[in-house]
Formats: sequence, C-alpha cells, structure tokens
Amino acid sequence: MSIEELIENFAFFDSWEEKYQYVIDLGRSLEPLAAEYKTDEWKVKGCQSQVWLVPEFKPHSIHFCGDSDAILVKGIIAVVLMIFNDKSPEEIKNVDVAKIFAKLGLEENLTPSRRNGMMSMVEKIKQYASGAE
Amino acid sequence: MYDVEQIRKDFPILQHLVNGQPVAYLDTAASAQKPRQVLDKMRQIYETGYANAHRGSYTFAEQITSEFEQARQTVQHFLNADSAREIIFTRNATEAINLVAATWGMQNLKAGDEILVSEAEHHANLVPWQNVCAKTGAKLVVFPIADDGSYVHENFLNHLNERTKLVAVTAMSNVLGTIFPIKKIVAVAHDVGAKVMVDVCQYAVHHQIDVKDWDCDFVAFSGHKTYGPTGIGVLYGKANILQVMPPYQFGGDMIEHVSYQKTTFADIPARFEAGTAASVQAIGMAEGLKYMQTLGLKNITLHEKELTIYATEKLSEVPRLKMVGTAPDKGGVFSFDIEGIHPQDIAFVLNKENVAVRTGHHCAEPLVNRMGYTSLTRASLGLYSNKEDIDALVRALLKAEKFFREI
Repeated sequence: MSIEELIENFAFFDSWEEKYQYVIDLGRSLEPLAAEYKTDEWKVKGCQSQVWLVPEFKPHSIHFCGDSDAILVKGIIAVVLMIFNDKSPEEIKNVDVAKIFAKLGLEENLTPSRRNGMMSMVEKIKQYASGAE
Repeated sequence: MYDVEQIRKDFPILQHLVNGQPVAYLDTAASAQKPRQVLDKMRQIYETGYANAHRGSYTFAEQITSEFEQARQTVQHFLNADSAREIIFTRNATEAINLVAATWGMQNLKAGDEILVSEAEHHANLVPWQNVCAKTGAKLVVFPIADDGSYVHENFLNHLNERTKLVAVTAMSNVLGTIFPIKKIVAVAHDVGAKVMVDVCQYAVHHQIDVKDWDCDFVAFSGHKTYGPTGIGVLYGKANILQVMPPYQFGGDMIEHVSYQKTTFADIPARFEAGTAASVQAIGMAEGLKYMQTLGLKNITLHEKELTIYATEKLSEVPRLKMVGTAPDKGGVFSFDIEGIHPQDIAFVLNKENVAVRTGHHCAEPLVNRMGYTSLTRASLGLYSNKEDIDALVRALLKAEKFFREI
C-alpha cells in the first residue's frame, strides 16, 4: 500500500478508535524483525517503549525493519516505514514527515515530548540516509 | 469537614475542559496543580512589589525582600525547623541533593566510606551519590526492600555500619507509595555516626513534617509538588552542619567581602544562594504550603487515605491488573501493570479518555527493574482528587483493556 492510499483509507474513519485499530492492524502485518536484532545496538534511544530499527543498505535505496513492544507504537512504526522504505537517501532526506502525519491525522504521535519515540525514530532514519550518501 | 468539591474550585485548571471534557488529573506525584491563591500571590508581587530581592533599598526592593524572607519562615514552620537560616532555596529538590553531595559530600567522604540508600530511591536521591562516590572513592550501598515494596528494618540494619557516613532515604516512594519510618532510621544511623538526608518530595505533599522530631540532618523537597510553582525547591540542613559546609556556586550576594585578591563568603543561608534568587517562586511556594496548612495537613492525609482505600478496591476490578507496591503503610500512589498491554499503550487510551497519569520508569529505573518491570503506569492522588477521578481512571482502563484485547 502506498502512503496516498493510506491517507485515502484514513478519511473514512470517524473515531480515534477506528483509526487506531487500523494502525494497530498495520503493525500486526509489519514485516517481522528477527529476534537477533532486538538488542541495545539497534534500539532507538528516547523512546518510552522499546523500539528497534535496522537498516539494510541497497545500491540505490535503504530498506528498514522495525519493531516495538508497545502495540500502538508498532502500528505507527508501520506507517513511518511505509513512508520511508525503499527510497533513495536523497528522497528520504526530502520527506516532510510532519506534513504526511498531519494529513493522516496522526500528528499527535510526532510531538517533541521526550516520552514519545517517533521523532527519534524519524531522525534516526534521516541519519542513516545522510550516512549513505 | 474536608469539602473536596469546594477545594477543587480553588484550582482553575480543574475547571478547564479538554475536548469539551474535564480532565481527571492523577499525576500529582509528578507535579501538583496550583490553587488560585498561589497564582494570585505571584501575580500580585509582579504587579505591585517586584524588584530583585536583597539588592536595592527602595520600596519595591524592600517589599520583595521582606516577602522572600517571610517565605523562608513559612518553609521553616512547615518543616518545624529551628531557624529560618536552616532553609536554603534551590531550583528544585534535585539541586538541593546535588548541593549536599557537592559540598558536604566532597568535604567529608573518602575511600572506604559508605553511603547507604534504599532500593526505593528515585534518580535524584541516587545519581548525585553515585557521582560523589566516583569522585571520592566512597562506596554506594543499597539496602533491599521487600517484594511488596515494604521497608524492612532488618535489611537496613544489616547494611548500616561504622563505615556508613551518610544515609539517603526517601520518606515516601514515588513509585510504590511506601512510607519509610524516618525517625527510627535516623536514630540508628546517628548511633553509628552517619548523617541522614531525607528526600521528602512525595511525603511533603501528603503529610505533616517535623524535622526536629525526626532529628534528620538534611531534607530536600520541591515547590512544584507542594502546589507551588516550578523552579523552586528547598534544602533544609541543621545549622551547625550547614555552617561548616563550603559554598556550592559562586557569585551574586553569597559573599561577605570581595576583592581581587580574596573573597570571604556570607553566612548561611545566603552562602548557598548564589545569584539572583527565584524570589517570586519562593513566595509562591510558601503560598502553596500555607494553602496546605489552611486545609490542615492531617485532613489532607485523612482524605487521601480514604481515597486510597477506594482506589485500591476499584482498581482490583480491572482484569489482569497487578498493583506494584502494596506495603500496608502506603500513600496514594498506584503503580501497576496490566498483563499483556504496554504502559505506553494504556497511557494512549487514558489520554483519549482525558485521564492524566504517568507511564515509564518514573525517574526510578533501578526500582522499577527491581520490581520486575521496565515500565509501569502510575496514578497518584493530590488534595483535590475525588472519587470521580478514580471512577474515570477505572472506566478508561476497562476501555483500554477491551480495546487491546479485541484486536
């Protein structure tokens, strides 16, 4: 599914319950992250729940796998990866994730609060992209 | 009679609606809401009598200096200290503890000495001691609590010895709610010649304190938890100990005489208050303490005790909820886990339902880990909490349980 399709799908939801059940389902269908990567080395710092992010550098793009022990966070990771996955480092750098989250009505997940790790995860993705250039 | 509905009217934020609904504020252990008496007082100072305290000799300056020093006396009476000179204003409780670590600690500790802390300490009463140990070669010793969070006097005695130079304990755990028997702890600590630092950050929010009865050497707490503003905290120290402690920070009015060759330092408490004081915050803090005193500390304790019984019973109705910290003598702090649901997921639904709680390690990571978790949800009571707050919490938890169970 593309992010555009996701935005369209989200337009049908009236309540936060429906919307987040859908987000959770996205998390459920997330490509699984092998247990061997669930270590401190791959942990994203600044998250209240445990969040792991593993990049795989391909010739012209980066593929990410991620996971979390919190159900909602895992769903949000699925959305974030839908936005960034298999793009070139240049494309990743230019993504305005805040704008996309606003369109999805998920902007509350990207607050600068130290308690919420999504901002740290997005920064981490962008760091990997700058490193790959 | 303690009329909680009347009391709630003193707190403007409790009337404030979020998404058209009132908020059940159950995070007083992190920071308390402020009564309008505190807000009005601070505004009044800024509008009618503000200047830098202890500096000018015009009317505004004299007014604020007088209010600032009265605030010190209010804190003195709140703690039942001997003298206002024993009250040092700091930025917060963490700074108060750091001050003791950096001055008394650096002056008095050496390799072979021990600092004894409980397993229930939050980072503010742990990390400063860890740091001073690293610098001086002293050893940090931790005495265990029971699995239900209770204080075990035998454990304390087993770790106390003639090498113990300082005991640093909380009077009430911010995670477990456990009340520590400070008077008993101080008495045996003094027997081996150790000084005692008591962290009353949580205790002061709910209970009458008497430092003379406890006979403790240091006490730290913060204004924002005792219904006052942020940016202000207090260190109490016995005068004879404070008097021989070196300064902590330098500059401003903490001096006696300054020349380019030599500076002599002011007497206590000024010696430890370098730079412009957070005078309006100190006055606001005192107003918060006076507010508590007007209601009566005993009445507050009693009200919260009743509510603690109610909450404990209500929370037991939530499926798979496990309370962490069930000491017989505990205050209104409820940390819990719901099996199979991450606290951050719980907090998300609670926020949607306008219930404010804290999740995470509560700045007490070793303690949360010791209890067998990495993260917990915590609801905590204040003097304005009522049964409706608890009911809203339980309703929201049942909803969260259902939400994550069904999918």
